[in-house]
Amino acid sequence: MEETLTQSAGVPGFARALKSEEIVINMGPQHPSTHGVLRLSVIADGEVVVDVIPHMGYLHRCFEKHCEHMTNYQQVIPYADRMDYVAAMSNEFGFVVAMEKMLKITVPERVEYIRVIMAEFSRIVSHLIAIGTYGLDIGAFTPFLYCMRDRERVLDIFEQTCGARLLYNYMWVGGLSHDVQPNFAERSKDFCTYFRPKIKELNDLLSYNKIFIERTANVGVLPADVAINYACSGPVLRGSGVKWDLRKNDPYSVYSALEFEIPVGTGAMGKVGDCWDRYMVRVREMEQSVNIIEQAAAKLPAGDVQSAIPKRIRPDAGDVYVRTETPKGELGYYIIADGSASPFRVKVKSPCFVNLSALPAISRGAMISDLVAILGSVDIVLGEVDR
Amino acid sequence: MIPQEISETLKARFGEAILEAKLEGVLNPSIRVAPERVQDIALFLRDDDHLLFDVLMCLSGVDYTAGKLGVVYHLDSMKRSHKITLKVEVTCDNPRVASVQSVWRTANWHEREAYDLFGIVFDGHPDLRRILLPDDWEGHPLRKDYRVPEFYNGMKVPY
Repeated sequence: MEETLTQSAGVPGFARALKSEEIVINMGPQHPSTHGVLRLSVIADGEVVVDVIPHMGYLHRCFEKHCEHMTNYQQVIPYADRMDYVAAMSNEFGFVVAMEKMLKITVPERVEYIRVIMAEFSRIVSHLIAIGTYGLDIGAFTPFLYCMRDRERVLDIFEQTCGARLLYNYMWVGGLSHDVQPNFAERSKDFCTYFRPKIKELNDLLSYNKIFIERTANVGVLPADVAINYACSGPVLRGSGVKWDLRKNDPYSVYSALEFEIPVGTGAMGKVGDCWDRYMVRVREMEQSVNIIEQAAAKLPAGDVQSAIPKRIRPDAGDVYVRTETPKGELGYYIIADGSASPFRVKVKSPCFVNLSALPAISRGAMISDLVAILGSVDIVLGEVDR
Repeated sequence: MIPQEISETLKARFGEAILEAKLEGVLNPSIRVAPERVQDIALFLRDDDHLLFDVLMCLSGVDYTAGKLGVVYHLDSMKRSHKITLKVEVTCDNPRVASVQSVWRTANWHEREAYDLFGIVFDGHPDLRRILLPDDWEGHPLRKDYRVPEFYNGMKVPY
């Protein structure tokens, strides 16, 4: 206090009493805006964020250790479901693609098309949750209910196909656990017809809402070179204007036979790479997913979905890194096989983990209330961050 | 560039630090390098005009058993569209690897994870502490010889 008084000696009037110091505020692990159990130590100077230190691990379930203790590779899939639990189909997809590459299996076309439809459905589901809860963070309650309503329709299709609404164990190495119901293609197309106008409704309600734009435009700007250096992926990378999508740039499955565009952030409401851009990339991706589902449902070939499932999964010794584009970004599986029936090592490169690591870089200098908006725009699922 | 050319370029530049190259008959061609030189090599890989590896896709710790640990770097170049895998091997007695977090920021958390779960020490890392487990956890669970402790902070662990 003495020191402060001496320093401010000579400052006239009330300014002498003003004193600024940094305080540490704890956000989480129980906090509505953290979308799960994440703790942020926020070093704040008044309302301004000086630095953010994320603390994770509250949801660490030793996925990688569990994998090493499985008695066969197939058993990994239900655990993979539980990483990004709002888009479980995408997690399975990455793992089976990696295993099929290792085993040099070619799966029937029908399986590939069904997988693509499921992966795109799960992209829509994941983005609906991201968008709905993002609205909640900002203070818009109604869009959340609209998003949940549409999400239910997709979950109904999943339920009809494999009995589960959230954690499916549907994609198996070499095939699928069940064939789809006879009305699957029809139902998928019906959903697309239903959902297109709903995206417009969502835009009218939230995306171009003045209050929403003012809370998100010019906030949390992530420049493209920083995004690349942090290896960000998915909507976070594309929001910064980088046209990069593994479905086009490193194609797997049958994506090269389907036509779609890669939406990127353009800075339409503020700067390129702000929260609004990241948000809008998700909305536009849902439109593209609808296009993909329509094409794939129209092309869906006949066939047996279990003909290529191997009796025994025992890959030769070796390692493989395979990445796929999940709703959150690049999900990579690094699998080492030692010639036995269970994996020697499975490492998951989680897009949420990597995208979250860029959070401190884009939050410095923001207001505390904007920190909530920035975190929401990164769209993390703690199940995947902590594994 | 094809993996052979990348390997030749690195050998010409770093000589003895490039220990072994597995380029044929594997799913991901890989190059094994010396653990203390990995930062220089990473910087060269990122900035050389013909290589331009701007993305570190994944950094994984591995326990190869028999007293050997390893770190695997999967690199990708968006501009040149080629990939390569770097590997380093260290012993359990002296698990020290040069940090690459100054080259690719994404390595910061990946290296903390490898330290947390394998006990690999990254020289030059500014903030090397546990990331997924509690700070007072003992041992490194992803090592193959790890045994689940009977007690945690005086509490009996149920199984």
